[in-house]
Amino acid sequence: MSQQILEGLAAIVNEVAGTPIADITPEKSFVDDLDIDSLSMVEVVMACEDKFGVSIPDGEVKNLSTVGDAVTYIEKAGVTA
Amino acid sequence: MTTRERTVVVTGLGATTPVGGDVATTWEGLLTGRSGVRALDERYAELPVRFAGQVAVDPSEVMDRVEARKLDRCQQLGLIAAREAWADAGSPEVDPLRLGAVVASGIGGIVSLLDNYDTLNTRGWSRVSPMSVPQLMPNGAAAWIGLDLGAKAGVHTPVSACASGAEAVGYALEMIRSGRADVVVAGGTEACIHPITVAAFAAMRALSTRNDEPERASRPYDKGRDGFVMGEGAGCLVLESEEHARARGARIYAEVAGVGLSADSHHIAQPDPDGAGAIRAIRAAIELAGADPSDVLHVNAHATSTPQGDIAEATALRAVLGADVDGVAVSGTKSMTGHLLGGAGAVESVAAILALHHRIAPVTANLDDPDDEIGLDVVSGEPRRLREGDAVVLNNSFGFGGHNVALAFRSI
Repeated sequence: MSQQILEGLAAIVNEVAGTPIADITPEKSFVDDLDIDSLSMVEVVMACEDKFGVSIPDGEVKNLSTVGDAVTYIEKAGVTA
Repeated sequence: MTTRERTVVVTGLGATTPVGGDVATTWEGLLTGRSGVRALDERYAELPVRFAGQVAVDPSEVMDRVEARKLDRCQQLGLIAAREAWADAGSPEVDPLRLGAVVASGIGGIVSLLDNYDTLNTRGWSRVSPMSVPQLMPNGAAAWIGLDLGAKAGVHTPVSACASGAEAVGYALEMIRSGRADVVVAGGTEACIHPITVAAFAAMRALSTRNDEPERASRPYDKGRDGFVMGEGAGCLVLESEEHARARGARIYAEVAGVGLSADSHHIAQPDPDGAGAIRAIRAAIELAGADPSDVLHVNAHATSTPQGDIAEATALRAVLGADVDGVAVSGTKSMTGHLLGGAGAVESVAAILALHHRIAPVTANLDDPDDEIGLDVVSGEPRRLREGDAVVLNNSFGFGGHNVALAFRSI
């Protein structure tokens, strides 16, 4: 798993939800652990698309329940982009 | 008189205005005649009006960053004022089902909407913020304040232009009187200073164009007045049934004794020159307070500094107060704050209540050459001591659309 993407995503979640960076680890659930509701998730997705130059369609967002899921998706999307 | 069955009192005050970031600083500024009106930045350079009253303390200085980014500026200001009022009331323990919030805005989150419209045009729909609807909706401030307090008796937002904040206080009064709630946070907020709103009000020829002297532009009752000055800010009051307040030993500022509401049905933006609607509203507020015009000690007037509006209100006050008008200390605090639109009635209610509580009327700044047509006893230069004893003070608010709201507060 890309440490660089994890750190970038953690910075975004911190910006949107105020969660301490150290608490944003791969196994954490956006909804259950990080206080990211559906509106905040849209903000996180928008910021990820801008930061990592990938596209995350709405249909994929529901599959990204943990930080690790998102990092993995961004990693793969970045390779194929 | 069923509407008088429950006595409603004020136990907490909050405000963030161009004159000060809280009630104490704002009140001190209103007593000393300190203007919060300043020149605006270069975005306004091509406009006929290049000044306004921006809040003295930017919300970013006092609000958590993560919380602030979800909220429109008018919602931030409203929440700041509501939290101050709540703390001032002693953060009462209230059954959530008996707690309400009524917080008005004349315009709502228009600056967030405009920012997102810019985003739509420059970056496309996919970058429009998912928070833009909660930010633009006029009930947003009331909703966030209700969420913050856990209010479940009802959360409401009257919208009546520049009368909105006063209408919110009146609505909160009725919520408690009717038995629907025991405690209600009531207020108004506005933060709509933007080149398009300045241009729009300027297009109506409603604004002062005294660009070379911003601090002296808002001059109610002065012969040289040439329009109002836009301002931003918020005021909030904690209203509570007297029974609830007494039971917890709360400090009580005043009774919210009456609200008078009427409509001109005369013109979309101009006041009825006879002040007929304003007369009915002021008279109703005094009557519902069970008071007499001779009980009125002080009026925090609407007094926006427009040529017609100041005259119409003065005509109405003279008609209602009759021979008693000479002893009534009238203050026009928009001379210092500018016109907070939907926040005005709430901030000026805070000022009226403090005038009653401390028995001192704030000044009306910039009254250098009083207009002979006004015929009111206007407080200018120095604040004025008010007599002790049972008394009523009034706050008037009038809005585009012909909305008239008068509030009567009584000593208790």
